[in-house]
Amino acid sequence: MQDLGRLGFRQFGVSVGGALDSHALRVANLLVGNDESAAGLEITLGGLRLRFVDDRIVAWCGGGFDVRLGSTSVAAGHAALVRSGQELMFNQPKVGCRCWLGISGEIDVPIVLGSRSTDLRTNFGGFDGRALRDGDEIALGRNSKHAQSLVDLLREQRISPWSPPHDWSSPAQREPILRVMRGSDWNRFNDVTIQRFTNEVFIVSPDSDRMGVRLEGIELKRNHDIDLISEAVVPGTIQVPPGGKPIVLLGDCQTIGGYPKIAHVISVDLPIAAQLRVGDRVRFHEVSLTEAHQLLAERERDLAEFRVGIKLHVR
Amino acid sequence: MEIAPLGDSALIVRVRNQFEDAPEQTSNEVLRALRRIEDARIPGVIGLAPAYTTVAVFFDPLRVMNDAARANHVIESLTQKIHEALSRGGRRKQRDTSARLVEIPVCYEAEFALDLEQVSRESQIHPIEVIDLHRAAQYRVSCIGFTPGFPFLSGLPKRLATRRRSIPRKEIPAGSVAIAGAQTGIYPMKSPGGWNIIGRTPLHLFDPRKDPPALLRPGDRVRFRAITREEFDRAAN
Repeated sequence: MQDLGRLGFRQFGVSVGGALDSHALRVANLLVGNDESAAGLEITLGGLRLRFVDDRIVAWCGGGFDVRLGSTSVAAGHAALVRSGQELMFNQPKVGCRCWLGISGEIDVPIVLGSRSTDLRTNFGGFDGRALRDGDEIALGRNSKHAQSLVDLLREQRISPWSPPHDWSSPAQREPILRVMRGSDWNRFNDVTIQRFTNEVFIVSPDSDRMGVRLEGIELKRNHDIDLISEAVVPGTIQVPPGGKPIVLLGDCQTIGGYPKIAHVISVDLPIAAQLRVGDRVRFHEVSLTEAHQLLAERERDLAEFRVGIKLHVR
Repeated sequence: MEIAPLGDSALIVRVRNQFEDAPEQTSNEVLRALRRIEDARIPGVIGLAPAYTTVAVFFDPLRVMNDAARANHVIESLTQKIHEALSRGGRRKQRDTSARLVEIPVCYEAEFALDLEQVSRESQIHPIEVIDLHRAAQYRVSCIGFTPGFPFLSGLPKRLATRRRSIPRKEIPAGSVAIAGAQTGIYPMKSPGGWNIIGRTPLHLFDPRKDPPALLRPGDRVRFRAITREEFDRAAN
């Protein structure tokens, strides 16, 4: 269970957490008539069946999952009406590893430290501080007016014809290029290493989780192996531990770290990073901080338009 | 003071380059910088977190852009506002050095002091003296991190400095008080870790139901008080 995470508690060592692709969750929530910051389900590698006890609108965004409502396939980024008693099934993804499901009426769990997200590292928040298990019952709030209109509107069609841009609903790629900006320790690596960092392919290793994606490939050697003083790290930070194998930090990462920070994945590319799974081949491409901000502003403008567009469908 | 981007949604304010040469002064300067930035209530800033020599400033780039700046001026605009905040005197000046003193009860008995022998061997100090040195000293919280509520404490007597275990433990019990290098710290919850454990506190250092959720804050002064096993059991229940 994840929402947009815990923002104000990093000084106490609490991770931001939240949906690893917060944009996907926002879009899924918009599609079902929820507040964008509502909690949804983060589904990792599928194998989930949800039975509904009343009529709800659902929508999901993320990896290349095969999602079925009975015998009907529900594509990413489309709002679907689930009738009471129906089952929604998530099978294994062909590409990527996670997706986010928005359910109209919002998931109703207590807010802990400003968020409904489950902190799996410390086991608090969300649903009893743990991942969902067989037989769990999830409480939902009431459908919003918008969601109720969608229930009426989709009575015949069942699945909305409208959907967001494809790269919002399906950001996963097997061989992605992640755009990065320089980290504060960029200059501690020599030119050759930097060149290789931005040219060579890195392979996602098995011990990756919500804290970070570990990569195999060429060894990133530092010029001098001096000890650094621990300071803040953020989701997107690419750390290089002494072994030279980079780690891309994700939402559940620690709040401080002492490894050199070679670079940071820019915010708009975190959705792609959140989909990386074992064996995926990653490359990095350097962009400027200004570009990172421009891209973020553009996406936000597009989202604002999408928000308006969504409202028009239910008039 | 250097201010550098930490990704596209945070900045790091580097207050000093060193910590170990002057821990007390560095902590004071970091906390002063933290309070001044806090007091400035800069639009778009959504969180602050101090570490040894730095203050991290988390911001929402979209709000900064809405507020004043174009995409190519976000960092300049924030950096300027942070510099202004830092050079301002600030009304809370007196509070800077008056940190709280928190006393932490610790049971140093053998059952909890899993690595006391190791610390004793490495420092060539008798275990009882290790405990005496550890509880006689006064410490200061340099930062909170690693796990929620985990305090990194400076002020460990130099003679007690002990290297981390070469193979970290898979599970360290909650409340374990431990030493690594020149620091001592407390594991708020059961977690893996490589520090040398010399005792255990019955206190809860992190409780997400409380506000603030952590018992300790950066800048707090800390003392350890030795307690018996009976006292530990009473306090733990």
